[in-house]
Amino acid sequence: MVTRGFFGRRVSDEEAKRLPPGQYLEKGFPVLSAGPTPIVKPENWSFTIKIGPRPVKSWSFEEFGALPQTELKRDIHCVTKWSKFDTEWRGVLFDDLMKAAGLDEPPTPYVLAHSYDDYTTNVPVADLIDGKAMVATHFAGYPITSDHGGPARLLVPHLYFWKSAKWVNGLQFTERDEAGFWELRGYHIYGDPWREQRFAGD
Amino acid sequence: MEQIVPPGGRLAWQEATVTAIAPLTPRVKGFMLKAPVWRGFRAGQHVDVRLTAPDGYQAERSYSIGSAPESPEIELVVERLDEGEVSPFFHEVVEPGDTIEIRGPIGGHFTWGQRDGGPVLLVGGGSGVVPLVSMLRHRAHVAPEVPMTLIYSARTRDEVIFGDELMMRAESEPNLTLILTITREDPVQAPFRMGRIGAELVEEVLEGLGGAPKLSFVCGSTAFVDTATRLLLDMDVPFPSIKTERYGGDPARTGAIGQPGP
Repeated sequence: MVTRGFFGRRVSDEEAKRLPPGQYLEKGFPVLSAGPTPIVKPENWSFTIKIGPRPVKSWSFEEFGALPQTELKRDIHCVTKWSKFDTEWRGVLFDDLMKAAGLDEPPTPYVLAHSYDDYTTNVPVADLIDGKAMVATHFAGYPITSDHGGPARLLVPHLYFWKSAKWVNGLQFTERDEAGFWELRGYHIYGDPWREQRFAGD
Repeated sequence: MEQIVPPGGRLAWQEATVTAIAPLTPRVKGFMLKAPVWRGFRAGQHVDVRLTAPDGYQAERSYSIGSAPESPEIELVVERLDEGEVSPFFHEVVEPGDTIEIRGPIGGHFTWGQRDGGPVLLVGGGSGVVPLVSMLRHRAHVAPEVPMTLIYSARTRDEVIFGDELMMRAESEPNLTLILTITREDPVQAPFRMGRIGAELVEEVLEGLGGAPKLSFVCGSTAFVDTATRLLLDMDVPFPSIKTERYGGDPARTGAIGQPGP
């Protein structure tokens, strides 16, 4: 349906190609979360990988910093409609976390990410491996600030950004695709911006 | 927690008709919409709006609902942002009788209903008050016995949205307390207060509610929400009892209210 009197504002063709449907280009970096910002000091931070209920490996922030570091430059897309291009992150790839935890093969097909504020979100393992995702500690060259999820956040840039859990403190391998916080509240179980999977049923 | 989409269903776009437009402040208008398929909503939820240009280009934004679920029509409140793409269109072009594509309701976290109980503290900055007004209107219908306090911070008296209604409700509705604080006008007279929300004000409000509220809802700009939630946490209001909604995007560009995080 054409909206009477609406013509809109266009971005360049090159930018338009990088914008998934319904998204607009944002130059700032908005902050969104469901509750207050938890202040987690690096010295109190730890990160745990679990298979089901069983912890298999934990790191302190210092130990985490000694794992192989990777830089990723990616476009990100928030379900609230903004996209931001060429964001620069540094952290530890999911692949390197698996290796450091002594896991040669993913033990289950799904992961549930956990955060300090009890936030959770689910991601298939296939979307985390092969350099697709990391646990990031730095944004644009600086430690991630607490409002953007520091000391560390998950980064799964090809899915809507609610999947990139802030204040992350663990990844749990699960047999089934367990719905996380927003997925239980009507948001899409997978969240592909290019297929505009914002809400369940999209 | 509320499923916003029926199992197996899908949140479909529909053409809502604009039935009335009301200027609420010099920069804010309320748009009454009649949606053909509307299963109701929970106070605090928002809707997505989609505009389509003749060449197929589309822009989507989210806007909060100000009306109570009891209202037969949906009241969307849109603040005009000069640099925005969608809000100037709403302010300058849309007329009663126009149709606008919407889908919703959306958001299953920043909501209040009768079974959530109280006491409830609402803290709104600027147009962040809109979903809180929906809660407060809903309370009057379903649970007038629930103590509810609204702290509403606006820059000037002119920018107070729903000011007359809020003051009338505070006069006439038992268990409802309103604190209106103005940050950029000096001096202001009662019932307005002066200045930003600070520790003293929060302490006074919590005393009035008899301690930490069961639930707190904080909505506004990122800086506003961070300051207000920090004040609440400093007064030992439990972390999980505080729900927030921060404006998504650079408010100068969008005027949209974004719910989900991170």
